[in-house]
Amino acid sequence: MTASTVASPVLVIGRGRRRAPRAGVWAAAAFLLVLAVIVVAPGLVAHGSPDLADAVSALRPPGGGHPLGTDANGRDVFSRIVYGARPSVLAGLTATALAVTGGTAVGLLAALGGRVLDEIAMRVVDVLLSLPGLLLALLVIAVVGPGTLNAVLAIAAYTLPGYARLVRAQTMVIRRSGYVEAAVSLGLTRAGVIARHVLPNAVAPLLVVATIEVGTALVAASSLSFLGLGPRPPAPEWGAMLSAGRDYFSVAWWVALFPGLAITLTVLSVTVVGRHLRRRVEGRLP
Amino acid sequence: MTAVAVPAARTRARAARPALVRLGTSVMVLWGAVTVAFAGLHLTPGNVVDLLIGSSTVTPEVRARIVADYGLDRPLVVQYLTYLGRVLHGDLGQSYQLHQPVASAIGAQVGSSVQLMLSSFTLAVVVSVTVAVLTAGRRWARAVFSGIELVGVSIPSFWAGILLLTVFSFGLGLFPATGGDGPESLVLPSVAMAIPVVATLSQVLREGLELTLEEPFVLTARSRGMSDLGVRLRHALRHALIPAVTLAGWLVSYLFGGAVIIESVFSRQGIGRLTLAAVVNKDLPVVMGVVLIASLLYVVINILLDLLYLAVDPRLRGA
Repeated sequence: MTASTVASPVLVIGRGRRRAPRAGVWAAAAFLLVLAVIVVAPGLVAHGSPDLADAVSALRPPGGGHPLGTDANGRDVFSRIVYGARPSVLAGLTATALAVTGGTAVGLLAALGGRVLDEIAMRVVDVLLSLPGLLLALLVIAVVGPGTLNAVLAIAAYTLPGYARLVRAQTMVIRRSGYVEAAVSLGLTRAGVIARHVLPNAVAPLLVVATIEVGTALVAASSLSFLGLGPRPPAPEWGAMLSAGRDYFSVAWWVALFPGLAITLTVLSVTVVGRHLRRRVEGRLP
Repeated sequence: MTAVAVPAARTRARAARPALVRLGTSVMVLWGAVTVAFAGLHLTPGNVVDLLIGSSTVTPEVRARIVADYGLDRPLVVQYLTYLGRVLHGDLGQSYQLHQPVASAIGAQVGSSVQLMLSSFTLAVVVSVTVAVLTAGRRWARAVFSGIELVGVSIPSFWAGILLLTVFSFGLGLFPATGGDGPESLVLPSVAMAIPVVATLSQVLREGLELTLEEPFVLTARSRGMSDLGVRLRHALRHALIPAVTLAGWLVSYLFGGAVIIESVFSRQGIGRLTLAAVVNKDLPVVMGVVLIASLLYVVINILLDLLYLAVDPRLRGA
């Protein structure tokens, strides 16, 4: 199952020779910067509380004191989107960080731990990559139960094998390279060579892919909470807000429109910046 | 090409080898999927019988039957082999929530999901081939569609589904909002599910087309007086399909995940909704059954794709 197995289209798309327009990349970077501020300090941007319910002003359209309207409980949609940025973005970031860390460990072990270990690890990776990702996440959740942390773990579990395969491939190339031979002949210990030379060079290409994949992980996390398997209400989280808003969509479009827009813009920006980084890095890697 | 000197039998044996290797790998993937399901069941803290019955209540007799069925009173190796043997016989276990065998629960729902997957797959292929053929190498069309595709891959499909529902069902009243009766109920779910596929596939196809359009044989075809569209359709598209086919694994995986989300948004029957309900109710046998079916489908599709590779690229036939 090698020829037709691609864990994620990220690995094949956008390797084009053309450069993206600079303006788009700057706009995306600016958006991510604003998002970072919101994630760290939501109180700076939103003055209202995300949980303040007010039955009198339920389902108010955008305008007046509520720039993005109110939801069915009369809570301010703008505040909820701002406060919802932290759980939504952190879910994508944490899942990717866990998958990259785990994948690096597995990939290094497979590449450097001898043939038997390599065979076992890579066959397990093959199997996991051939199972549909979201189904694997659902299997994990069926076993450990729903919740914010479990959803993140489930996403990390199914994205990990892809990173493991990538790190293994990189390590295989690096271990035979001149600078590793030089380091070994200079008398560095095995652990020293791995830590100083193999690890940084094996992980570098991974980080670029991981940047783009943060967006994919974010969509996966919000999908799980949309399905009711992530953070429990009334916690403000984009996917959960969208799910709650869909019941009122025919009468109050703003409740579900804006959280979805927030997800889309975030993923779009991450993708644009990630692809730009990859174009810059590509060709300079081993 | 080498067949002149080599006896026919040897050529055939050589041609059969990759197929055998592929078959071996396929069997291993399926075996691995069963093992993952088994491991999931046994690595979970708690009594296996409780996990299998989920949140439903059963009589002590049923409990005793589960213990006997899964061989839970015997060593782990025997349990594993028992489980493996049962799956091999097509017995995916019993759903104690739905009071029916997992296989028939899935069988009852699979048709609706297959309809959805096939129609959105067909839609995606037609649209992305058209977009790629028309925009490859054309500066302005390319720039516009690249932007659209970028948005397409970033839109979560559940949001796209809700937007489509609002505009075309609630707003214009063109399509039914829920349910699975008739072809018109299939339109919006298929479109929602196809958006990310179109956005991804057309990018890959266009990149493939643009690389191919620089090849010498394209120049040859043009110098014979072939029209630009003819060159693109008859010569370049075939080559561009090869990198696109590598996305098949991702696509199968996406369609299964997408079914869970889209069927939930559009309140459609299908294995996606069955799976979601099973996850919520901790109906583990059903979730495991769906995972096994999905991996079986993955394997079958990969074998078919290998044959497609041979059809698309004659150079691979002798190799």
